[in-house]
Amino acid sequence: MSQLSRNARAARFLVAPSVLLLLAWMTVPLAMTLYFSTIRFNLTIPGMRNFVGFDNYIFFFTDPSFFAGMSNTLVLVGSTLLITVILGTLIAVLIDNPFPGRSLVRILLISPFFIMPTVNALVWKNLLMNPVSGFFAFLANSVGMTPIDWFTNVPMLSIIIIVSWQWLPFAILILMTAMQSLDQEQLEAARMDGAGPIAIFRHITLPHLARPLAVVVMIETIFLLSIFAEIFTTTGGGPGTQTTNLAYLIYTQALLQYDVGMASAGGIVAVVLANIVAFFLIRVVGKSLAGE
Amino acid sequence: MNLHTEKVVKLTLVTVTSWLVAALLFFPIFWMILTSFKTELAAFSSPPSLFFWPTLENYYEVFERSDYVRYAMNSVIVSFVSSILAMIIGIPAAYSMAFYPTKRTQGVLLWMLSTKMLPPVGVLVPIYLLARDTSLLDTRTGLVIIYTLINLPIVIWMIYTYFKDVPKDILEACRMDGASLWQEIRHVLIPITLGGLSSTFLLSLILSWNEAFWSLNLTASQAAPLTALIASYSSPEGLFWAKLSAASTLAVAPILVFGWISQKQLVRGLTFGAVK
Repeated sequence: MSQLSRNARAARFLVAPSVLLLLAWMTVPLAMTLYFSTIRFNLTIPGMRNFVGFDNYIFFFTDPSFFAGMSNTLVLVGSTLLITVILGTLIAVLIDNPFPGRSLVRILLISPFFIMPTVNALVWKNLLMNPVSGFFAFLANSVGMTPIDWFTNVPMLSIIIIVSWQWLPFAILILMTAMQSLDQEQLEAARMDGAGPIAIFRHITLPHLARPLAVVVMIETIFLLSIFAEIFTTTGGGPGTQTTNLAYLIYTQALLQYDVGMASAGGIVAVVLANIVAFFLIRVVGKSLAGE
Repeated sequence: MNLHTEKVVKLTLVTVTSWLVAALLFFPIFWMILTSFKTELAAFSSPPSLFFWPTLENYYEVFERSDYVRYAMNSVIVSFVSSILAMIIGIPAAYSMAFYPTKRTQGVLLWMLSTKMLPPVGVLVPIYLLARDTSLLDTRTGLVIIYTLINLPIVIWMIYTYFKDVPKDILEACRMDGASLWQEIRHVLIPITLGGLSSTFLLSLILSWNEAFWSLNLTASQAAPLTALIASYSSPEGLFWAKLSAASTLAVAPILVFGWISQKQLVRGLTFGAVK
């Protein structure tokens, strides 16, 4: 009996290392960012650390690249979400029923998710989208069209395509797993009652996928807000600021212009933005936790 | 048209469409692998050569010229060590919360999840400065510390959901036999949940291997992993497509296989147990 309670007491402490580590990881850098955002601090000017209040925030918000960064972030996140959620749902429904070679098809479909972002970006930029020797240029030429110079003429669209290619498999993977728990008897009953495929999709499949879809949207949003490597390796934010998102803007201010104060103000803006999404995600996950 | 023909038509349609979509989505990877076996000249040629004598010269060159082995070793060491550390720290935490929950457990779990949502760019400056001042900039140790911490919440969550599935009776029986805490975890719990634990380890490995924010910002020449090696091919002088393809193929191949093996279990970790 004493062994039992001794174990229980010891077990309670086992969570402590994780809590302490994560607490330090979360609070120390964030507190530093918050502090830096209120001082004038440039890495190229040693010793300067004057308190400036909200000046960095004012500079950040009135900088013309802030508006570009913000709207680019929203366009990138919004378009990628739309593409991955719609196509992801359609594909997950398409491959739900058995057909020859289904397991191989599943493997091919989810593969892009496991490709590292820098490989993804350069394979698309060079091998596929290059206006002279890329595969798309070859396709355009062979049907008599002029090849598109992707990264010069439609830079944001190019980034959206690259990022969507990586995240569509994520949506497929989650939604196809969720489809497997769909009640087959309910489906059969609906078919007996003469419901067509569209009615079944609208009234049975979609409601069943509601929660997985919400999870996909929120997790993707969290990651898409921080897209960095794909931009870093292809456009470097350009031409101009056409593909500069919030994450890339803060990176240029911090590690290219060494303006720590302004970059920190930007960092806090990014944290607030992500927290709004995180708030809803945590509520959904919390519900599924309580439902167990 | 009778019912049978209708079924056959539908099945054919589904099969053809599915294969077509899969081929389209997989095409960039296929094209990358194909290009890696071409000569530089053939890789650039337009129209692209579909039939060619495959060559291994790019793979030889990648190994000899670009110091591929050093980058690959950095990737292997950093992702394995950080994943092992995350498991060592995470298993006891998940055990404690799954089998000895308190009033606060649910809150702690959700709070851990929320640390994962901190955008890395929000702490880029302090982490960069801290790493610089502690001489951890461009070291494998620096990356290991960061990867361990960013994967820890996912690792704990995923293991927690597996531990929750373990029948309570089994653990109670071995407690009645007077097993110590360590014996209980080591000889009963870990063997039962070995499948789930390995998937958790694989997910952590995949995420660390592909991580491309901290690796690009905190490493230069010493500790740079494969993500950074590939990024270096984006510079104008590095426009060697066949070599880029060979280096990329080598860099993604192991992780692609890990992903295929653990695809069904990954969903749990990626959605924090919200979809199983």
